[in-house]
Amino acid sequence: MKEFQEGSLAVAEIVRMCKPGVVSAYPITPQTHIVEELAQMVANGDLKAQCINVESEHSAASAVFGASAAGVRSYTATSSQGLFYMAEVLFNIAGVRLPIVMTCANRAISAPINIWNDQQDAVSLRDCGWVQVYAEDVQEAVDLHMIAYRLAEDKNIMLPVMVNMDGFVLTHGIETVDMPSQEQVDKYLPSYTPLYKLDIKNPMTIGPLVDPDYYMETRYAIQETHKSVLGMLPKLTEEFSKVFGRTYNGLVEGYRLDDAEKAFVAMGSVCGTTKEAIDSMRKKGKKVGLLKISCYRPFPHQAIYEALKNVKKVAVLDRALSLGSYAPLASEIKSVFFGKKKGPQTISSFIVGLGGRDITVHSIEEAYKLIGKKETCEFIDLKPELLKENYA
Amino acid sequence: MFGPLICKPGSSKNNKTGSWRVEVKPKFLQKNCIACKMCLVICPEACITGNEKNTYICDYQYCKGCGNCAAICPKQDIVMIKEDSKE
Amino acid sequence: MPEHLFTSGHTACSGCGQSLAARLVIDTAGPNTIVVNNTGCLEVFSTKYPESAWQVPWVHSLFENAAAVASGVEAALKYLGTKDTINIIAQAGDGGTADIGLQALSGMLERGHDILYVCYDNEAYMNTGVQRSGLTPFDANTTTSPIGNNSKGNPRPKKPLPEIALAHGIPYVATASVGFPQDIQRKVKKALSIKGPKYMQIHVPCPLGWRHEPQLTYAIAKLAVETGLYPLVEFENGVKSARQIKPKPVEEYLKTQARFKHLINNPEELKRVQAVADSNIERYNLKLQ
Repeated sequence: MKEFQEGSLAVAEIVRMCKPGVVSAYPITPQTHIVEELAQMVANGDLKAQCINVESEHSAASAVFGASAAGVRSYTATSSQGLFYMAEVLFNIAGVRLPIVMTCANRAISAPINIWNDQQDAVSLRDCGWVQVYAEDVQEAVDLHMIAYRLAEDKNIMLPVMVNMDGFVLTHGIETVDMPSQEQVDKYLPSYTPLYKLDIKNPMTIGPLVDPDYYMETRYAIQETHKSVLGMLPKLTEEFSKVFGRTYNGLVEGYRLDDAEKAFVAMGSVCGTTKEAIDSMRKKGKKVGLLKISCYRPFPHQAIYEALKNVKKVAVLDRALSLGSYAPLASEIKSVFFGKKKGPQTISSFIVGLGGRDITVHSIEEAYKLIGKKETCEFIDLKPELLKENYA
Repeated sequence: MFGPLICKPGSSKNNKTGSWRVEVKPKFLQKNCIACKMCLVICPEACITGNEKNTYICDYQYCKGCGNCAAICPKQDIVMIKEDSKE
Repeated sequence: MPEHLFTSGHTACSGCGQSLAARLVIDTAGPNTIVVNNTGCLEVFSTKYPESAWQVPWVHSLFENAAAVASGVEAALKYLGTKDTINIIAQAGDGGTADIGLQALSGMLERGHDILYVCYDNEAYMNTGVQRSGLTPFDANTTTSPIGNNSKGNPRPKKPLPEIALAHGIPYVATASVGFPQDIQRKVKKALSIKGPKYMQIHVPCPLGWRHEPQLTYAIAKLAVETGLYPLVEFENGVKSARQIKPKPVEEYLKTQARFKHLINNPEELKRVQAVADSNIERYNLKLQ
């Protein structure tokens, strides 16, 4: 049923329909509306879950660790500093192979403290073993939560999934969303039966000390499972479209790429603005398109190669930095083409929209002008007058 | 694929820690025992068994020779002897 | 033979007080128990893959989060409707409890989870090599509170963790000691008969860190209680009871361990340690009348 809905409330609604048994979260802007809504659903009896109001994000992640280890579907949500405070638990959850789903309302990282949107939080935690998917709009954010649980709980996967949605832009943006019925969700997402759990009838030790004789194999196993995710995600999205009628690729999605000579690459809500800019440029006869990265971990090297191998010039839009080096997404896009026969002549890298700075159609057009001229980390929409200030 | 890492319950029994003993081991004299169970209760290795008076004994496969059983015995019915004593 | 729920073959040092306390706790709790363990000696010496000394469901995540993980386990059991038949024990060492894990512990106590939290107090970070923790006693020589020209060891008294736990208004708080093993069993039994959050702190000598002979574990733990340096107290719904003692001079306890060796011929410092015991004796009314 189509509704005009705030992103956070729509996500809370779909999480309710996914029927987690335990929800634990700690408030942080701009994630709050999601967990407030879930708490209200529990208070009203609409969601039969245990809600744990923990004293920190570290404990939020730890509590869902415990709940998931006890064999119950669990959910948490966070953002920015909260995600960083969870960091060691996130590695731990992936290492113990617990199928937890978390929403990350992407937000800038302090200092300076800034509550607005970019993707530095999740991108900085790309190596923690979680699958990371990014939503372009509220509808995709909703749909990705169902897909995330299916993926996480698949017996061949058993990995946690982080659903990323841009803070404020998507969490507080109000959009038309097609909300599924409970019957549809139940059809797509069966109830969770764990492979192993804390069980007095079948006692086992989970999370032991592992010495050099075994450690590498555990990491190798996760690395290999991430390869399986690349095969599994498109299957799950195909199945998804049969139930819900909406089609996703799961890994990457091209927009007006078929005859494109130049292409942008981006993740998250900036894709919407970029599509608008592309439409406008196309009207002026410019052969330009977009490759949206839906799945950032595992990184879909092959799908990206296939999508961009015939494009002449590529421009990567990063909303995060790896301070002191090339931009994170741009580096990886470049790595896709190393040693390949086909591929773009140039790959330019642009930094846009840090700390909530607006990304407009004009920003994208500015970047377009610089494609092929600037190769590394060109900041778009900088204010030159601020750069003259001298703090020495 | 390797993992998830699960250990079977009680599997540490595969690890025979008795080889750690270097100097002394307990000898259960089984003469004045009153079956107070304190040796069993205090043993850090969970390797002492027994039910009735003068039946208590330890499993040398696991005993590390710490000597707390001898220290706690109210009847001095457990003594620590040299590891190489023939008993 | 009666099967222990914490079995032989673990790799604790000879005479380890923590290993025997952990066994007493789980044997008393029984098989219908889930254990959540912080990182520390106990976790390392009992669960080195592929072996485990635990016969009950047991999980370890990180150094500081056992209380939070246990909160999640408890919520999951409530959701499944099995909580009333299953005990949950969260356990950790003194560093994992009093220092890095204090926030998670406080959250667990404040939220009212039905969990028994057990702190095995060996009074320093033993797993990393005897560094000072918030529960290291006054004047103890550790690797990060060493003695020197300007130092007599740890300059601060133990953090009053039982009182901190009690201040959360929880129904049961107790200290215990491996010097009184049956008292541990009684207190675990009592704690598990009470609904809500419970806190137990068990004094467990560490031959390696305290530098004493392994056979003295039991005797030293007993002396700590008998001198008044480790009072055995119990708070049931806020009502206090304590084990009465005929106080022995603290020197009898201190001289058994090399971590206090520097105090023995120093009457001034001995007085200061005696003052700690005297203050405990007065505060908890420990003196046998």
